[in-house]
Amino acid sequence: MDLPQGTLDLLILKVVALGPVHGYAIAQRLQQVTRDVVQVPQGSLYPALHRLENRGLLAADWKETETGREAKFYRLTRKGRAQLDTETESWRQLAEAVGLILKMSEGAAE
Amino acid sequence: MTWWRRLWRRKQMEEQLEKELHFHLEQHTADLVARGHDPAEARRQARLALGGEEHVKEECRDERGTRWLEDLAQDLRYSLRTLRHKPGFSAVALATLALGIGATTVMFTVINGVVLKPLSYPEPDRLVTVHGRTEKFGEQWGFSYPEFLDCQRESRSLGPIAAWTYSGATLSEPGPAEYVDGRQISSELFPVLGISLPQGRVFLPEEDRPGARPVIIISYGLWQRRFAASPGTIGQSIVFDGKPYTVVGIAPAGFHLDGDADVFTPLGQSTRPQMQNRGARFIHLLARLRPGMTLAEAQAELSLIARRHAEQYPELNAGRDLVVHPLRQELVGDVQSTLWLLLGAVSLVLLIACVNVASLLLARAVSRERELAMRVALGAGRGRLIRQCLTESAVLGLSGGMLGIVLAAFGIRPFVTFWPGSLPRAEGVQLDWHVLLFALAASLASGLLFGLAPALRAPTRELEQTLRAGARTLAGSSRRLHSGFVISEIALAVVLLVSAGMLGRMLLRLASLDPGVNIRNVLTTRVALSPDALANPAKIRAAWQEVLDRARHLPGVQSVALADIIPMRVGENSVSYWATPVPPPPNQEPVALASCVTPDYVKVMGIPLRQGRFFNEQDRIGHDLVVVIDDNLAEHAFGGSQAVGKRLWIPALGPGPVQVVGVVGHVRHWGLAGDDQSRVRDQVYYSFAQVPDPLLRFFSSVMSMAVRTNIPPLNVVEPLRMELRGAAGDQVLYDVHTMEQLVSDSLIRQRFLLLLFGIFAGLALTLACIGIYGVLAYLTSQRVPEFGVRMALGANARDVMRLVMRESLGIISLGVGVGSAGAWAAGRVLVRLVEGMQSSEPVTFAIMIPILVVAALFASFVPARRAARVDPVKALRQE
Repeated sequence: MDLPQGTLDLLILKVVALGPVHGYAIAQRLQQVTRDVVQVPQGSLYPALHRLENRGLLAADWKETETGREAKFYRLTRKGRAQLDTETESWRQLAEAVGLILKMSEGAAE
Repeated sequence: MTWWRRLWRRKQMEEQLEKELHFHLEQHTADLVARGHDPAEARRQARLALGGEEHVKEECRDERGTRWLEDLAQDLRYSLRTLRHKPGFSAVALATLALGIGATTVMFTVINGVVLKPLSYPEPDRLVTVHGRTEKFGEQWGFSYPEFLDCQRESRSLGPIAAWTYSGATLSEPGPAEYVDGRQISSELFPVLGISLPQGRVFLPEEDRPGARPVIIISYGLWQRRFAASPGTIGQSIVFDGKPYTVVGIAPAGFHLDGDADVFTPLGQSTRPQMQNRGARFIHLLARLRPGMTLAEAQAELSLIARRHAEQYPELNAGRDLVVHPLRQELVGDVQSTLWLLLGAVSLVLLIACVNVASLLLARAVSRERELAMRVALGAGRGRLIRQCLTESAVLGLSGGMLGIVLAAFGIRPFVTFWPGSLPRAEGVQLDWHVLLFALAASLASGLLFGLAPALRAPTRELEQTLRAGARTLAGSSRRLHSGFVISEIALAVVLLVSAGMLGRMLLRLASLDPGVNIRNVLTTRVALSPDALANPAKIRAAWQEVLDRARHLPGVQSVALADIIPMRVGENSVSYWATPVPPPPNQEPVALASCVTPDYVKVMGIPLRQGRFFNEQDRIGHDLVVVIDDNLAEHAFGGSQAVGKRLWIPALGPGPVQVVGVVGHVRHWGLAGDDQSRVRDQVYYSFAQVPDPLLRFFSSVMSMAVRTNIPPLNVVEPLRMELRGAAGDQVLYDVHTMEQLVSDSLIRQRFLLLLFGIFAGLALTLACIGIYGVLAYLTSQRVPEFGVRMALGANARDVMRLVMRESLGIISLGVGVGSAGAWAAGRVLVRLVEGMQSSEPVTFAIMIPILVVAALFASFVPARRAARVDPVKALRQE
């Protein structure tokens, strides 16, 4: 299943909210969490990260990983957290509304 | 990170991006290896999962927001490199553009300085002129002094109205006698224009009255020249026109009032007899709109005033309206249409230059198709490629424009200098930021114009095919585009060639017209009598007689005459006349050009006498008033019947009738070009000896001398000057011309236009031929394999040549067809804008178009011959 348009940013923000993390780990985490249901194209991950960084929603630092290699770690900024909250809320509302419509019986539509 | 820091730390950002993606790939590979994959296979899978590394990098760069600038810098570097690598192409393209843009910029600079720039007075848009207008004569600038006073008193919408008129006389003290041009101005003139004098003061209202203290303002130039710019000049006395004046002011440097004048005197003090004559209209009006008033309101008010005057003075003002115009319009005059015409012509040349460069670029773009396809394959987007192509052409356009501006900077002065007569407001013609902006816009627009076609060819689909195909495969759309370019070039060249041809034929036709006078060996000059001689009418008559006698006895002089107006020179005097005792209704009278002459005038000018006699010594004051008329007037007034002995009523000459004693040939007074279209074509001559005493002083200020010589006329100028200096040495000759000069000057604007159009048409022809040659050479070289096949199958060299020539002939005839339609339209514009132009004749087309066709065929001959010499074996191997 492909990712609905515009949700990649939200998912990235959510993953990064859990703590500083590098690009590869984000890709892994997304893959695991969605249990491979959703295909996150790795190719669009990095442009999205750079976009969020440029908009000030993410910040990045170069740090060593457990294996002692240098990697670019992303973390959420205050602005990013606020964005995550509003987007989560609007996503929840949208999902609820779509759910309601889908649950509607044939008769109720008349 | 802020936008500009991202821009400046580009290198660091690139390194980090590289490192980040590298880390990703290594981690992924390590994970896969840990899961038991073979390392090489693991690396491959990791790469596949990420998608093309370069592609990802491109997208990340796009997110930075500094992308366009980086691209621009990159594209600029790239374009400069390609331009450097192809010096031949670059030189041709740049030279073509520089010429086109340079010529266009020169024309625009002149238009900007002369037409578009505001006048250099405070609040120039509120300055206006007032003209009179009648159904019959159209607009006329002249007002009589009483009319001026009425308008000034009655108008509420115009601030004080100022008046001025031409004057000029001998300035005799201090220093040597010299004729100077002057203006009589009302005291309001300088205040209305908003000019303050650098030295001294303007005229006071009480000085602008008859009998007031004689005061004078002198020009800055005269002050420098004759008074060494001494501050003591104010208050000094100078003798002008035989009368002492006190200098009260110095006009600012560069101040003009329809040409340069050296002295300004108060109009109200003028003793001209016409000052009180309501019908003598020799005054220009100039005014400033009162605050809050619009041009429309002023116009409405003036129309009301005109109606009131028409009721008050029906015999003079019936049917005469007043119209108000912005002052700039009057100053610029009819130069405007010539300038726009030239700008239009030069734009066509620029257009051809653009088309030429476009076809060069297109040829290059087609041969670069594989390079572009390769770029797409490597991840470049279509938009990116188009942008790159446009950047290249913009660089080309701007560099060409830069060179063009340099050319223009050098070209403007010569252009203004060569302008026939004097270009109004020439001092304002210079490069300024308006011009630079125009040149910039023209360069960019040209760049866009010629860059668009190649840019839109940026490949999108069928990459594989393009990559696989040889560089020589040529898509049909490009052939069509190339032909389209050549067609439009030829069409544009046809327009310019036919226009130049029309101008040339017109000039030939006009030059072969009979001016009506024998122009060989005639010298004309104005004479300013010694101020002493102007004291009384008897002295004036004696002084003129002495001038005639002295001149006649000079060696080389055959005959001498005086005349108030000289054919084809500035100056006229139109009078109304009728041939029955009952006058026609006011403003319906026929009008004739009146010349006041002495008896030898027809002998000097070589005007043929058709009937009766010309004037003799008996035609003077006290004898019957007599006139001589020309063919036209005789025809109009008396039809075919005998004119000699008939009577004419000419109010300007006197209340009673005058007798016609002779008929002479028509003289093209308004110039060879202008005479046919002029409103006043009838001519009447009267005798200088019959001018009444009160008018004599005025006539003396306008009389000229015409001399027929039997040696080159310019050789008698100096002897004449010496001979006529007078007893006090203060009698001067000025405005000296030969009749040949005057006739040739009357065509100077047409000749100038022909010269420029000739240059433009020549440029257009050359550019179009270069274009045809380039495109055909390119197209045929693309078809070499095809020719090889044809020849292998039995075609011979002549067949191949015929094939190429037929193709080029097709293109040429299409271009000629389109161009002829354009030329026909251009011809109509020329007829409207150029005096003496007749509608386009088929002959012009028949002469000019073959020139182009032959040149174009010649240009296509070389590529055709090259194609015919193709060696079939080599050609096939090339494929």
